[in-house]
Amino acid sequence: MPTTRRQFLSLAGSVTVAGSISIITLRPLAATPAMLNSAIRSVVGEAQLRTGRVKLDIPPLVENGNTVPMTVSVASPMTADDYVKSIHVFNEKNPQPNIGNFHLGPSSGRAQVSTRIRLADTQKVVAIARLSDDTFWQVAVDIVVTLAACTEEMN
Amino acid sequence: MAALINVPAKAKRGDIIEIRALTSHIMETGFRHTVDGALVPRDIITSFTCRYNATEIFRADLFPAIAANPYLSFFTIAKESGKLEFEWIGDNGYSSSASASITVE
Repeated sequence: MPTTRRQFLSLAGSVTVAGSISIITLRPLAATPAMLNSAIRSVVGEAQLRTGRVKLDIPPLVENGNTVPMTVSVASPMTADDYVKSIHVFNEKNPQPNIGNFHLGPSSGRAQVSTRIRLADTQKVVAIARLSDDTFWQVAVDIVVTLAACTEEMN
Repeated sequence: MAALINVPAKAKRGDIIEIRALTSHIMETGFRHTVDGALVPRDIITSFTCRYNATEIFRADLFPAIAANPYLSFFTIAKESGKLEFEWIGDNGYSSSASASITVE
């Protein structure tokens, strides 16, 4: 009996699924969302994580993951009794979930930090701010990376 | 090591000023391999501190996900004339420092 189009397509589909699974398992170096969660929990502890107040300025489409400009700012009056203690930035799929921890104080005047980061893949970046009353606020941004960092060979 | 510091030379008392610091460093992640398959050992700056007249005003813990030649920009309130000191500490006993002075009127 000749193979029907339907049979062929279902077979091809299952091969593609199997292939993509093996591609995923070939990448054990990447930080999994579980690693991201445990890294966040090690900073936040059992405290509630609320969404808002934090702004993460980062290009949504990155051509070169080796150097990605990033600015985190937090809506805070930065007075002696209401200020941002620290800002923590995490990623989802780099080999390590941490990007940086930035410690501020009431003398900072403005809760804003800029730096340049590496991104190994198209992924989510999470910024968390710890305020002086020990509440935590977060924001997550999805970024598409066309040329990944970290994976190239050294010459 | 060469560092590039950007601090306003003059400021009014109470002004919020931006401080920018860049230093040259490879920031080798420790996740790359040579063509022969050998792992390139990690060599990064792990800590950056800025002190304003000996008081710490900003500190950062850096990880391999920070790009080579780490750049940091942050803010502080201009309180008094004096000196801003910058210190970078990293793997393999790496340490470097820089300073800038500011006049507050």
